[in-house]
Amino acid sequence: MSRLNLVVARIVAFFKRSDLDRDLDNELEAHLCLLVEENIARGLSPEEAHRTAHLKLGNLVSLKEAHRETRGLPVIDTLLQDLRFTFRILRRDLGFTFFAILIVGLGIGASALIFSIVNTLLLRPLPFKDADSLVWMANKQSVPEQTTQVGYLLDAREANRSFEELGAYFAYYNVGDIKLTGDGEPERLTGIPVSQNFFHVLGVEPQIGRLFTEEECRINGPAVVLLTDGLWRRRFGSNPEIVGKPLRLNEQSVIVVGVMPASFDFASIFAPGSHVDLYRPFPLTPETDRMGNTSAIVGRLKPGVSLEAARSDFNILGPQLRTHHPERNEFEPLLSSLKEHVTGHLRPALLVLACAVGVVMLIVCANLSNLLLARNATRQKEMAIRVALGAGRRRLVRQMLTESIVLSGAGAIVGVLVALVGARVLTHLDAISIPLLSNVQIDFGVLAFTLVIAILTGVVFGLVPALQVPVIGVNESLKENNRGSTGSRKHAWLRSSLVVAEIAFACLLLVGTGLLVRSFLKVLDVNLGFQPERVVAIRIDPGTAYPTQTRRNAYFDEALRLVQNTNGIEACGLTDVLPLEGDRSWGVAGKGQVYQREDYPEAFVRIVSDGYLEAMGIPLLAGRDFTAHDTTDSEQVIIINKTLAEKLWPGQDPVGQMVTQDGGRRVIGVVGGVRHVTVEQDSGSEMYLPMRQTNDYSAVQLVVRTMLPQASVATALRSVLKPLDPNIGANEFRTVQQLVDKATSPRRFVVMMLAGFSTFALILAALGIYAVISYSVHQRTHEIGIRMALGESARTLQLRIIRQTLRLAVLGLIIGLGGSWLMTRALVGLLFGVTSNDPAAFIGMVAILVVVATAAGYFPARRASRIDPITALRSN
Amino acid sequence: MAEIRSEIMQGTLDLMVLQTLDAMGPLHGYGIARRIEQLSENALVVNQGTIYLCLIRLLQKKWIKATWGTSENNRKAKFYSISKSGQKQLKAETEDWKRISGVIGRLLELTPGR
Repeated sequence: MSRLNLVVARIVAFFKRSDLDRDLDNELEAHLCLLVEENIARGLSPEEAHRTAHLKLGNLVSLKEAHRETRGLPVIDTLLQDLRFTFRILRRDLGFTFFAILIVGLGIGASALIFSIVNTLLLRPLPFKDADSLVWMANKQSVPEQTTQVGYLLDAREANRSFEELGAYFAYYNVGDIKLTGDGEPERLTGIPVSQNFFHVLGVEPQIGRLFTEEECRINGPAVVLLTDGLWRRRFGSNPEIVGKPLRLNEQSVIVVGVMPASFDFASIFAPGSHVDLYRPFPLTPETDRMGNTSAIVGRLKPGVSLEAARSDFNILGPQLRTHHPERNEFEPLLSSLKEHVTGHLRPALLVLACAVGVVMLIVCANLSNLLLARNATRQKEMAIRVALGAGRRRLVRQMLTESIVLSGAGAIVGVLVALVGARVLTHLDAISIPLLSNVQIDFGVLAFTLVIAILTGVVFGLVPALQVPVIGVNESLKENNRGSTGSRKHAWLRSSLVVAEIAFACLLLVGTGLLVRSFLKVLDVNLGFQPERVVAIRIDPGTAYPTQTRRNAYFDEALRLVQNTNGIEACGLTDVLPLEGDRSWGVAGKGQVYQREDYPEAFVRIVSDGYLEAMGIPLLAGRDFTAHDTTDSEQVIIINKTLAEKLWPGQDPVGQMVTQDGGRRVIGVVGGVRHVTVEQDSGSEMYLPMRQTNDYSAVQLVVRTMLPQASVATALRSVLKPLDPNIGANEFRTVQQLVDKATSPRRFVVMMLAGFSTFALILAALGIYAVISYSVHQRTHEIGIRMALGESARTLQLRIIRQTLRLAVLGLIIGLGGSWLMTRALVGLLFGVTSNDPAAFIGMVAILVVVATAAGYFPARRASRIDPITALRSN
Repeated sequence: MAEIRSEIMQGTLDLMVLQTLDAMGPLHGYGIARRIEQLSENALVVNQGTIYLCLIRLLQKKWIKATWGTSENNRKAKFYSISKSGQKQLKAETEDWKRISGVIGRLLELTPGR
């Protein structure tokens, strides 16, 4: 109890300081008077009485000091004192302060930003209710979309014992599948077909309206749609009245049943870098089962069931279902947590970024330590005086640490601003296919992290200089005249090692960055198998006005004819899917060939028209392209790629052979492979079916190779196609280059970030070198003066100083390269086309560092060579 | 001037102040200092200012109370008096003190070589 009283009383006393001081003054005053009166009564003279009274009472100043300490919070008192002093010191040296805060701010900003990304993508659960029990069920037998046949999904729902619910979305939706007409500018929207329980599995509720009903998810059920928050705001001005109203979608009347909340962003999780406007019902019925592997399955585990248990459940269930249904496609369930599916592939890259930012922070600390050491050297006398006046070593160390923590604290404020700007930029980056990027935010977790980092940084970079402080004896220090004594030589050694460390760390970062930049360049340099430059694509689906194949073929003829006759168009053609935008594969064999079910050849399918190969720049290796005459009335034909040709007819001429597809198609041409899954991945087997001979496509993209700039292509094509489709929106045009850029965007993102860090590290290292060398030149002005007076030429002097610089650089490089040699192995998964000890990256980065180090040493060297020996000698 | 050292002496001074206030009723700082000097027959020559450190300590522990009043020479002065909890504390410490001094006394009476 009395302890609590004491604490409260002390806190009160701390804040009522001036009242209490006045009280004490009054009391002491009264006391003094009484003493004086007593002395006078004893017969002393008034002066003597005063003197004795003062002696009796003791030293009033130190008494008051002791009183404050006894009653208040001396720790905080000292802290405030330190802070006041710190601010005075920092104000006195504004240049230094500004610079230090800037460096720490950039470092902390970068750390906070990376942390917020890592936090969002790796640490925090996905933005769903109980996100940890959500599971992604891939089908290992379905490349590359990991999709499963609807029948298996329905069977698995019945037979499994692990899942509360299994839902799915239809993975083969296309960008711009839905044409919105009616009020306002017509536009193409992207809609995701989802199973009735899909949102329920994820635990997402609509913000207004309701989810789909069972009935709406039957084949030919009522036509309904759910809007995304984005479309609702953009197109319908957030009008809640829209629910229950019909929209005109693909020339059909569809009722809006609800609006999903902004917090649910399908694209940022399942299709990063794109955007989604609507959700439609995806019926799980025999009709959709017949479409093949189309469903992407997400499930919610029953409470208490682990992912492992679910895996073993499905390890048994999978083969059982497959044997029961030999008529279906292959099925090999592969379960992973949804989070692993969404962000798992980015983990290595994010870890690299996190490590890189850590290294940057170490360099920042080394740099600031160095700056503080340099500044302390000029404060030796001040320190010595404070020691002489009775400041203890601990007090001085505390003072120094206060200074560094204040600096890093101010840096943290700058850092939070940097991170806020960074996060804003990140969340508004379009077309970067990194999931959850729009969820990156500077929240309390990030702020807490920043606080910890700030304090840690302050302690780390302040500790070395702080511990250096009272090393030098008072006497020595006061006597010292900037000529360099043992103390400063020790400093010099310490500072040099800090610079060596900076160079080593910078080297590590640079080599890593070099490897990734080289990989990125190799990726950009990859032969895609098509030429994305100057190719524009737009959807021109024939729609319901063209119900028969013949009518549609006439539509295609007309469209291609109109476009071909447009000025500036080099080539044009039609396709159902663009490269890098989704894939489906079908089984295919040469006529008469027999394969086991497991190794039945599969090939990626494209439905294209004549002219597509030329427009896309896909080389025809043998045979011929399709023509407008390859229609339902002529022989069924097919074009295959080289890989498929070699697989089906190794060593034979494939042109003229027959494949089993659609009861027999004749191979009329062989083309090169196209990288369509990712830029990094080889094409695999591919086949092209003529659009005029099939109706198995869900989109028609017009692909145009042109010499015109994109804006005028759009205008030209819109006016040319007006007779066929008056509703083409101006923003529906996309370039194929955009698709390639999007596919390489995660890599570009990582490379950009790393390059930013490395540049920062390089600048810091250069500054470190510069500071140390110019400090040593400054310290040795006298010596240099003597040398020059004795006849050393400016040139020799410069060379000597640059040699000194290079010694530091080489030492740092040796350590850094050693480190890099070990560390770059961790990068292997991120590299493309280079090995982890790629000589070009190593040599290039060493060259950059040596050049930068030399430059950083050259300026002080030049200044030194201009020292006037007479002034230098006189100055001391 | 004899230095008052260490926590033992600090505690001793606290005890003396409490005892003085308990015996004499409300007193101001000067009065307390004077009284302790007299009782100790100047054997304990204290820097009189030190008494105020002791007083603020006791005040914050709520063992004594303070009010402003007028001194015998008509000056404003702070008068201290012992509180309930102060009396309890005094009693406890007095007993402690007696026990310890008893022990030490017996210890010091031991003669060697028996």
